Amino acid sequence: MPGPTIDLSLYADEAALLAALRRHDPDACTCLVKRFAPLVYARALRLTGDPDEAESVLQSTFIKVCDALPGFDGASSLGTWIYRIATNEGLMVLRRRKPQIALDDVADNLHPEEVPHQFQAWSHDPQRLALDGELRAQIERAIAALPEQLRVVVLLRDVEGLSTEETAAQLGISPGAVKVRLHRARLRLREALADYLAARSEDHA
Amino acid sequence: MSHAAHSHDLQRCRELVAQLNDYLDGELPADLCAELEHHLADCPDCQVVLDTLGQTVRILHHLDEAPPPALPADLEARLLARLRAG
Repeated sequence: MPGPTIDLSLYADEAALLAALRRHDPDACTCLVKRFAPLVYARALRLTGDPDEAESVLQSTFIKVCDALPGFDGASSLGTWIYRIATNEGLMVLRRRKPQIALDDVADNLHPEEVPHQFQAWSHDPQRLALDGELRAQIERAIAALPEQLRVVVLLRDVEGLSTEETAAQLGISPGAVKVRLHRARLRLREALADYLAARSEDHA
Repeated sequence: MSHAAHSHDLQRCRELVAQLNDYLDGELPADLCAELEHHLADCPDCQVVLDTLGQTVRILHHLDEAPPPALPADLEARLLARLRAG
């Protein structure tokens, strides 16, 4: 069944969207979902790696958003506020899972996957590459393949833009452990991207 | 790390890999920065690791700037139905 169609420019202005949501305009609710749900779901899927859990995060996020809307003070943008709620909901799902085997958070103890093996330069502009569909697929696969405790840290720090301290508080670990896990995750992702990007820079040489 | 043509102390490279992240994030103390930069000037492999690690981080920073895929229609319908049910 196709979703409802709606003119997305209807509430292009955030204040107008908020006012319409507060008077329970059904079109405003659809507009809110159309505008923000795709990234909420994409991030929840990355964080949990599970479509059912991601849908559960999506639903609980929007239920909380609708409940909390009357008190939303506009101190941040609507998007920032919604994505922060989504992150909290996603982390709650992860916390309900079975405890993970504790990581060895010592920077010197790199796993073989984290010790650099690739020493070929990449010659592309990463900003342009972020819009390259094949590269996006590569990095999404590499993120999905990370152990959960590394994946969560790199998503919060590098993709969602939380600080080291915020990430540590969200995960209940020390800032030092955040840094070590971030470093290990980045090294693994670099290695995973190297095959693809080093080969491409040869093509373009 | 495997170094082909250089006579570097591999143990030194391994120690410095642990500092690359703090260096990229601007959190490495100045004296260690100077030491790292001195090594990088003379070690092309470590320089590549630093450059490509920095590119990896920039790709991650920009990952969500492109529009995400549209929500699958059935999933969107279930969400809207749930929200309308109150």
